[in-house]
Amino acid sequence: MNSYLLETIRTKFPDAVLETHAFRGDETAVIRKEALAGVASFLKAELGFDFLMDLTAADYLPRDPRFELVCHFYSSKHNYRLRLKCPVYSDDATVVSLTPLWAGANWFEREVYDMFGIKFEGHPDLRRILMYDGFEGHPLRKDYPLKKRQPRIPHRE
Amino acid sequence: MTESKRTELPKNWDLEKLEDGRLLLNMGPSHPAMHGIVRVLLTVQGERVVNSDVEIGYLHRGFEKTCENVTYNQCVPYTDRLNYVSPFINNVGYALAVEKLMGIETPSRCQYIRVIMSEISRITDHLTCIGANAMELSAFTVYFYLINAREALYRLGDSAAGGRITPAYTRVGGLTRDLPDDFKTNAAEAFKTVRKNLSDSDKMLTRNRIFYDRLHNTGHISKEDAISYSFTGPALRSTGVPLDVRKATPYLVYDRFDFDIPVGSNGDNYDRYLVRMGEIHQSMRIVEQALAQLPDGPVNHPDFNVILPPKEEVYGNIEALMAHFKLTFEGVKPPKGEVYQAVEGGNGELGFYIVSDGTGKPWRLRVRPPCFALTGALSQMIKGGYIADIVSTFGQINMIGGELER
Repeated sequence: MNSYLLETIRTKFPDAVLETHAFRGDETAVIRKEALAGVASFLKAELGFDFLMDLTAADYLPRDPRFELVCHFYSSKHNYRLRLKCPVYSDDATVVSLTPLWAGANWFEREVYDMFGIKFEGHPDLRRILMYDGFEGHPLRKDYPLKKRQPRIPHRE
Repeated sequence: MTESKRTELPKNWDLEKLEDGRLLLNMGPSHPAMHGIVRVLLTVQGERVVNSDVEIGYLHRGFEKTCENVTYNQCVPYTDRLNYVSPFINNVGYALAVEKLMGIETPSRCQYIRVIMSEISRITDHLTCIGANAMELSAFTVYFYLINAREALYRLGDSAAGGRITPAYTRVGGLTRDLPDDFKTNAAEAFKTVRKNLSDSDKMLTRNRIFYDRLHNTGHISKEDAISYSFTGPALRSTGVPLDVRKATPYLVYDRFDFDIPVGSNGDNYDRYLVRMGEIHQSMRIVEQALAQLPDGPVNHPDFNVILPPKEEVYGNIEALMAHFKLTFEGVKPPKGEVYQAVEGGNGELGFYIVSDGTGKPWRLRVRPPCFALTGALSQMIKGGYIADIVSTFGQINMIGGELER
């Protein structure tokens, strides 16, 4: 059953899947970021993954591709979890938005944009969410210094 | 409105369309009727909310960034401060995630104690939510009843962990200490208080005309929307989806207990209230079963590469001394890899995603906060309703700033 799910994705998207593995029971498929929307809608429509539980990213500086977008899907019908990862290069840090498929992706993507500076194409309202307007840099990037000072923002009247 | 005021508003805010009698209203960030610091920018037509923009981030403390720079066990006290009304669940979820990463399992007594403490935390979480919600809807007496009940449970947690709100009770591979000897009797005593106060509050709230009217059919969300918004926990179950991590993918020893998952049908605030009330009783059932079944034995993993050796050992032999030193300075070292561990928090699925690079510090630690998804849908839930209903909807979402913004 385990490999069945990953096998299905691999046969359906032979060009998009870079790697599949299972570690400690967590099944993971690494796919090209260009195929993310296609794979995600296939997961939702055909395989019953109705929940986008989490969407986040990780910074693997100094590796290239530097970033990785990490999505956790959950299927309430089959009681199943799947992790989907997309490598993202730092010179082209743009990924397609999943907001058309899951409304919940809206805030998750805003947080990834805020924390990592990855942009989402087709996102309805890509603004910072935890940080304020005028914050410089993206705090969860590995090259963001732990004790960096921020410039003062203009006093509001 | 003057020019300088205009620039304060978010960039997507369309001021130009306001000539038709609609009004821009700023609710928060510090508003007496809303617990937690969140700013809601409302466009209202009369008393109806036409549009809104929820702005969060006032309590962001950089939890994830901090954890990347400390050892695994040093993260535990930070997890207390995520959801500070149910700290044990955060402790347990984090410890479980690291243990999953390391591929170890704690002794059975430890797992039972973790279940007991998690369920006590769930009760405190729900008591706070209902109490504060009732208070904001002007049922002040209920607040005291429920907070008194919560206090009894905090004392119970305090007797075990040594801290009421920030216990930091778990360690990777075990617990800081075992339960005290009189825990069973104290728990029975505390539950007596909880049951009494809960039944009093139930009599005052559940069939109270005012309370019912304030909650019924407000903050409504459909089943499909709730799933699309990644809802979990009582908010999802109020729409009729019986999804609970404890039943769906049982962790610890949850599969050994007999308990029900209360579900609603309408997806409004009243159903959320009823689900929470039901869950308090189920949690007490679980704790009582767990206390009855509680096995004897050690609470910590036997391996000294995972958990600190006892002090007598440290001062008595060189291996334990070395293990103590290595653990304190370098921390536990899970193998390279990544895991996602979900537990059922007070508000829904609390997930920990940890990436390890083989060193003593997590390379990436992500928390999936349950109320992040709920607050993301607040805008939709209050749309079309009265301004006054925002308070009840926001209260039933049970936004916890520490967990939302980390």
